[in-house]
Amino acid sequence: MFIPAFVMLGIGFTSAVVLAVAAKVFHVEIDPRIAEIEDALPGANCGGCGYAGCSACAEGMATGAAPVTACVAGGEETCLAVAKIMGGEAGFVEPEIAHQYCKGGDRAERKYHYEGAVDCRAMAELYGGDLRCEYGCLGMGTCVTVCNFGALEMGDEGFPVVNPGNCVGCGACEKVCPTDVIKLYSITDRLLHFNHDEECLSPCKQLCPAQIDIPGYVDLASQGKLEEAVSLIKERNPLPLICGRVCPAPCENGCRRAAIEDEPVHHNYLKRYIADWDMALGKRKLPSVLPDTGKKVAIIGGGPCGLSAAYYLRRLGHSPTIFDSKPELGGMLRYGIPEYRLPKKVLDFEIQEILDLGVDVRCNAYLGQDLTIAQLEEEFDAVLMAMGAWDNSALGCDGEDLEGVWKGTEFLQKRELDIKVDLTGKKVVVVGGGNTAMDACRSSLRMGAAEVVLLYRRTRNEMPANKVEIDAAEHEGIQYHLLAAPTRLVGDDQGVVQQIEFIRMELGEPDASGRRRPVPVEGSETLMDVDVVIAAIGQKPLLDWYTDDLKERGLQLTRWNTIVSDDETLQSDVPHIFTGGDLWSGPALLVDAIGTGRRATRSIHRFLNGQDLTLPKGTFKGAEKIALSNEIAVLGVERLPQVPQPELEVEDRITNFEEVDLVLTPELVQQEANRCMRCGTICYFKDDQLKEHVEGKDARTTVDDLLSKSPV
Amino acid sequence: METDFFALIISAIFINNILLAKFLGNCPFLGVSKNMDTAVGMSAAVVFVLTLAGIITWVVDHYILATFKIEYIQTLAFILVIATLVQFVELFLRKSIPALYKSLGIFLPLITTNCAVLGTAIINIQEDFSLLETVVFSAASATGFGLALVLFAGIRERFEIARIPKPLEGTGIGLVTAGLLALSFFAFKGMI
Repeated sequence: MFIPAFVMLGIGFTSAVVLAVAAKVFHVEIDPRIAEIEDALPGANCGGCGYAGCSACAEGMATGAAPVTACVAGGEETCLAVAKIMGGEAGFVEPEIAHQYCKGGDRAERKYHYEGAVDCRAMAELYGGDLRCEYGCLGMGTCVTVCNFGALEMGDEGFPVVNPGNCVGCGACEKVCPTDVIKLYSITDRLLHFNHDEECLSPCKQLCPAQIDIPGYVDLASQGKLEEAVSLIKERNPLPLICGRVCPAPCENGCRRAAIEDEPVHHNYLKRYIADWDMALGKRKLPSVLPDTGKKVAIIGGGPCGLSAAYYLRRLGHSPTIFDSKPELGGMLRYGIPEYRLPKKVLDFEIQEILDLGVDVRCNAYLGQDLTIAQLEEEFDAVLMAMGAWDNSALGCDGEDLEGVWKGTEFLQKRELDIKVDLTGKKVVVVGGGNTAMDACRSSLRMGAAEVVLLYRRTRNEMPANKVEIDAAEHEGIQYHLLAAPTRLVGDDQGVVQQIEFIRMELGEPDASGRRRPVPVEGSETLMDVDVVIAAIGQKPLLDWYTDDLKERGLQLTRWNTIVSDDETLQSDVPHIFTGGDLWSGPALLVDAIGTGRRATRSIHRFLNGQDLTLPKGTFKGAEKIALSNEIAVLGVERLPQVPQPELEVEDRITNFEEVDLVLTPELVQQEANRCMRCGTICYFKDDQLKEHVEGKDARTTVDDLLSKSPV
Repeated sequence: METDFFALIISAIFINNILLAKFLGNCPFLGVSKNMDTAVGMSAAVVFVLTLAGIITWVVDHYILATFKIEYIQTLAFILVIATLVQFVELFLRKSIPALYKSLGIFLPLITTNCAVLGTAIINIQEDFSLLETVVFSAASATGFGLALVLFAGIRERFEIARIPKPLEGTGIGLVTAGLLALSFFAFKGMI
């Protein structure tokens, strides 16, 4: 009777002793905070943090392996409680939100019938994807099923829609998605993302140098979600008001409406409509800005590249300061583009938004005179050089120094700098075929010139100016002397230009730029009377800032006066000096400058954080074209002409600097946005589906329809 | 008596599989079989603990309980000993072999109350195994447990994307599958 009790007691006592000794011998210092942190956590064991339960996560937080914000279920309160236990401030960790980028568009034909599977992963395993497209959303809603927080639901069109308010960024949806169309993005990720060749990119999106999500904002515009459209555009382009007015829209060249010999969708006027709507609201809604990082960046040049970089750097929490040589910001936008194309109040409004984010500005600061790179380096962690291309190429013929011979950009900035120019009754000859030449022609006319002649050495087809500009200038009465080049300028006794001699040209073999080279016709010289000659035959960066000191430190120049820097990262040979805009590329489009501004921002941001700057393999730097995207036939789509662009009548506009192009009406916007075929890399809406979609019906077959049809 | 160790191992793994033939340790079988990584970790922990527990319970039985002729408190004594053992191993690993502790750590406390461990310890005594046979049989049984668990986890991972009738989702289909798996293991019965 007593023996078993005694033995059990003995075993129990021995066990206790062994464990007690073991606990002493094998004692491991356990952080008492782990238990406290575990109490503070919600105990949901959801696994969203990546740990196998709350206690494992608590241990991770205590050891520093996980940030105090690791708990995705607890939210801010939990984070603060944990931070308190850890005895420190909750360092800022950027939240991530799920984002589903596939917007669909029905593919040519459905390849497979469903055979009873109700899960995207099952479909992907059975057929390698495809209800609609092997790259896009399979639409079975597995991500919706796995979301524990009610942040996803199936939208009307059969795609999951993210409710950002509920999303805690646990990443469950990302894990189950077999086609990677739903992913977690932080604001930084979104602002610094560049197109990648594995993404579903419509041709227009591929061709935009700033990589704006064009189908995205066109879609939002067609649904009337203009506020969302504005913020979507501004993820890539902080200057939509300006861009919507002056961009020549290279994106429209890729539009697949061209495959059925139709006019492209007029993206740019849609963008302008969206941005104008935002401005007309009258209440400026600033985008989110991440907490201050304390890093300071000097931006030299307040043009589109500098403004774009300032906008994105500020949104990432850095403190940019823009230095500009002119009295006001805007660069070529203010001092190059005339009022009738880009009203200054629009420019001011857009620039003010960027400044309101907390960007410092020092105007009238000329690099090389008022400040030096060495001074900036003392105060700032990185420098972005984006001074543009302000030096005009010379005509290279006699008489260039005569009075009355002006340079394109110098002439254009006179009005903005309040320098009085009276051209009343005068005859003006503008040389060149680019946008500067067009602006000079049309501005001269508005300043009272009696006759304006444009000399261009090739034909109209080779003119680099925007087509709309060429047409509008002609409507306004500009005379085109094509295939003509100046050879000599003749002055009078006082050295004022009186005549211009030009020679006829004919087109020969194509040159390096692919345009046919103009060849002079011997003996065809002609003299023309003239009062003013404006030379607008190209620009290059000024070099007055380039000191020997910089040269010795390794900052090199190309033969086009641009700064030598890495093609991908825009980093110069001096690691903390970056470049962008025309100073890097040579004269290019506004939208190119905006794109390089963001690209430089990415490099600067990563440089300031000590990260690798190189772009991941397959990343598009700016506009690049995936070869296959235009080659797939577009069947079943009818031609629908572009909506007409409203503009001021010629007689109402040539006497003043009123804005010529007028904004579209909401009805026209709707009509134009619905012309978009919503192309992905290969997908599009056919017109019959488009019509159903426009009429508010679901153009897509729902999952339930398919299941009821499938031979289970 | 000469023991056929090969037969002992085959029998423990396949024919008398502790999960599928004896239905011991069903709790982790259903609990940690939804994910392959967890199943592998659990299997490793079971092999480790089961072998150790086999040895120590054999020693306790032969040198303490048998000495006092009180084998009838075997169950009580074994539970106490196994619980102590697992706690001890956990403490030991944490200090001495942190890497092993990291991979097995979270599974060790789960095994404290695993009936497969206690069951194997008792079988060892009932079958009157020698110490060597105990070690081999315990390790083989644990391997059989691991095999069944990993197979089952592989199948259950596929359930997530398969179309399963609503009422059977989750544990329901799990139990049906466990039954079918057991049935297939039944085919080993004629081998030895």
